[in-house]
Amino acid sequence: MDVADPGRFFLERFGLSDRALEQVLGTALDRRANHAECYFEFRMNQTASLEDGVVKKVTRNVSQGVGVRVLAGTRTGYAYSDEVSLERLEIAARTARFIAEEREGAPPLPVPRVPRAPHDLYALTEPPIETPLPDQVALLAHLDAVARATDPAINNVLAGLGIEHRVVLVVNSGGVFVGDVRPLVHLTVTCIAERGQNRQQGTYGGGGRLPFSALTDGRAERFAREAARQALTNLDAIAAPAGTMTVVLGPGWPGILLHEAIGHGLEGDFNRKGVSAFTDRIGTRVASELCTVIDDGTIPLRRGSLNVDDEGTPTSRTVLIEKGILRGYLQDRLNASLMGMPLTGNGRRESFAHIPMPRMTNTFMLAGQDAPEDILRSVDRGLYAVSFGGGQVDITSGKFVFSASEAYLIEGGKVGRPVKGATLIGNGPDVLRRISRVGADLQLDEGIGTCGKDGQSVPVGVGLPTVRIDGLTVGGTQA
Amino acid sequence: MDLRDLATELVARACAAGARAADVLVGESEGLSVTVRLDEVEKLKRARQRRVGLRVFVGNSTAIVSTADLSSGALEALPRDACALARATVADPHAGLPDPADLAREQPDLDLYDAAIEQLEPPAAFARAREAEAAALASAAEITNSEGAEFGGDGGQVAYASSLGFAGAYSGTHWGLSVSPVAARDGAMQRDSWYTAHRKLAALDPPAEVGREAARRALRRLGARRVPTGEYPVVFDPQAAASLLRHLAGAIAGPALYRRASFLLGRLGEAIASPHVTVEDDPLRVAGPASRPFDAEGVASRRLVVVDGGVLQSYLLDAYSARRLGLRPTGHAARGFGDAPGASPTNFFLVPGPHSPEAIIASIGAGLYVTELIGFGVNGVTGDYSRGAAGLWIERGELAYPVEEITIAGNLLAMFRGIEMVGNDLVFRNAIAAPTVKVERMTVAGA
Repeated sequence: MDVADPGRFFLERFGLSDRALEQVLGTALDRRANHAECYFEFRMNQTASLEDGVVKKVTRNVSQGVGVRVLAGTRTGYAYSDEVSLERLEIAARTARFIAEEREGAPPLPVPRVPRAPHDLYALTEPPIETPLPDQVALLAHLDAVARATDPAINNVLAGLGIEHRVVLVVNSGGVFVGDVRPLVHLTVTCIAERGQNRQQGTYGGGGRLPFSALTDGRAERFAREAARQALTNLDAIAAPAGTMTVVLGPGWPGILLHEAIGHGLEGDFNRKGVSAFTDRIGTRVASELCTVIDDGTIPLRRGSLNVDDEGTPTSRTVLIEKGILRGYLQDRLNASLMGMPLTGNGRRESFAHIPMPRMTNTFMLAGQDAPEDILRSVDRGLYAVSFGGGQVDITSGKFVFSASEAYLIEGGKVGRPVKGATLIGNGPDVLRRISRVGADLQLDEGIGTCGKDGQSVPVGVGLPTVRIDGLTVGGTQA
Repeated sequence: MDLRDLATELVARACAAGARAADVLVGESEGLSVTVRLDEVEKLKRARQRRVGLRVFVGNSTAIVSTADLSSGALEALPRDACALARATVADPHAGLPDPADLAREQPDLDLYDAAIEQLEPPAAFARAREAEAAALASAAEITNSEGAEFGGDGGQVAYASSLGFAGAYSGTHWGLSVSPVAARDGAMQRDSWYTAHRKLAALDPPAEVGREAARRALRRLGARRVPTGEYPVVFDPQAAASLLRHLAGAIAGPALYRRASFLLGRLGEAIASPHVTVEDDPLRVAGPASRPFDAEGVASRRLVVVDGGVLQSYLLDAYSARRLGLRPTGHAARGFGDAPGASPTNFFLVPGPHSPEAIIASIGAGLYVTELIGFGVNGVTGDYSRGAAGLWIERGELAYPVEEITIAGNLLAMFRGIEMVGNDLVFRNAIAAPTVKVERMTVAGA
């Protein structure tokens, strides 16, 4: 489908005019409100799933709708509908403005056009949603063969390919009229390895705002081999240790540490309300001076990147921690204006059915000086964790967890036996102060992360060089 | 258009477009939710959604399509698109609708709808949220802040039809109120929350009671410390114990079993838990949060004993996974509009035992009382379990002081078998519910 111009795409699809949008924003602002906004969204999502060696299921889902938002001080009114018409928009606008106080009628507001988004990070000549289904099916079948060929112990392979095509349009009373066309590809491979009564699983995957061809250049096969390798490794895993010890995190996806330990705590909403463990800590030391942490929504083709956020603000590169000192928060429009801070382009929402919140994009730590081998050699006894499942944080107490899915003992500076998955728990404002070595090997993750907050899921990225943490609690069974 | 008629009509069109069999799920819902924070209006959100999902079998090849675009043009194209997609997939001999003999013959009225939803307006909603938060804030001087109180209700209808001639529909409502106060002492903050949820507005707990309980939970976390690593008995409060039931439900769900991705594979008829453990699933409970007259494939709902005195009696099965396992569906098919059915529990609960929670705590010299678990450290394939925990430390049979930044670890099979005591304090607060539970021994990792 041709949606080079999201503005025209939506106005034609729903039979609306510029004049109609002005009228709706006028209705929404017909009280003592600061800001009114319409967020239009069209999303097509296609999945293909492989099991038992063949693709037996495909799905295709279309969702569309509009969310109308009114801001007045700290108040938010929001109404959404998946039926889009001038009548529905007017009803939504009258509902959303309920939170604002009454005043006399106001004239409609002009809606000036902004010609294009400031970034152009994922303009694909071949949008992945247009990939012929037989090509997708062939890739998945090939991955099954690749994974099974690694070892006879691999006795089940599940693979899923998801392709999304999302078109959004933000029109607001501040004059923003900006659209974005967002491709997203996601591939996951899960292998089950079985040896006697011992059954283990390995999962690997990735993607981004990429053409389908980016998967077929060897990347997908690598995912399949990694999933198989992880399942096989776990067949030999022994009980994980329990207690506080030195932990070395491998590069890339273990950056989930940053996301949980500090990222959420630096989101503007929690800090404005004073409920974050990082409240009022800007300018203070929250990490060792080896640590500089960035959130950057402008990296081309990445899963966590956006040309504009879901409020129409261009994304940016925000320094969160500079050489250990807390420098900034991640903001959406509401919280930036209430805190008197700049917009950072982090106002995101899961869909038109959700109110925007400050959210991360791609969050990572800059590389340090050390060779990763030297970091491992520096540890006499500890845990080396290279792959993780999910994580979670309690913003207010600062306690966070993330769960290792592939980890090894470190014994005498050498990587030893694999251990079973274990949850690592720490305290956000404290854990980065314990980072004593930072590797020169920064990697961003493969493009697999999804962040959940207040019931809303958005795609994100993380990144990390190899780091050594002097003292983190490892939740194994071996006390 | 009547939703059931729309579903039936789409099934007919899918068959005309070349499907051997087809089924359709249609839903619509409307809702209102409001948030109050520090006694101020913070958020109002009104929702309205409709969705249709169509599954087709062309020969034995399957595809699922769904849309929120209910225009006549979009609904015209949907069956054709679905059949074209199905032709690109590989035939599966197990694919298909359930055996007609398993379909629901009756559609009991389970009293799931509350007409009060039609009168829900913002002022009354804000008043309830405000009352709940005010009670929390007034509880103690150490309640210094709040993440607010949220009150909401939604109502809607679901219809399902299939080419087996089945057509059914039911309406339902959900109401909920939650409060999240923040307590502070010596510069350290703790947040907790409490909630009430029900099909019927009148059955919710009083707002002030919810607020006071939320405050009590936040306050008792103040001054939390860590404890030394070691092996201890662990008591799960009802909320934490319900999470163990969720892991059980995941491990006996059909898709995890035929994929050989469950630690309970092949254990039907075996003792997977201690004799104190009996677990039931009851989709027919009147006004139950997850009650429904039939499942997402039209299979009859019935009460099921899943674990009886520790022995695993039944899996939770949809038609496809049942066929893969050589079993009958149990009426647990569940699906989103845009995906194939999986298997999920309905009102799934641990039958209460004889012990008061106080007696359970009193049975322990030194151990952990868990009130919150965080993280995703549960491996469904092996049952290996490792999660972040917060709660209270038990000393000489009494709750002594709050603890945090610790983990508890073990293996779910050993944990289920190690359940020594089951409490008498079951409350159906949620679809998955449990009383207090004591597990004999787990590894607690801390300082």
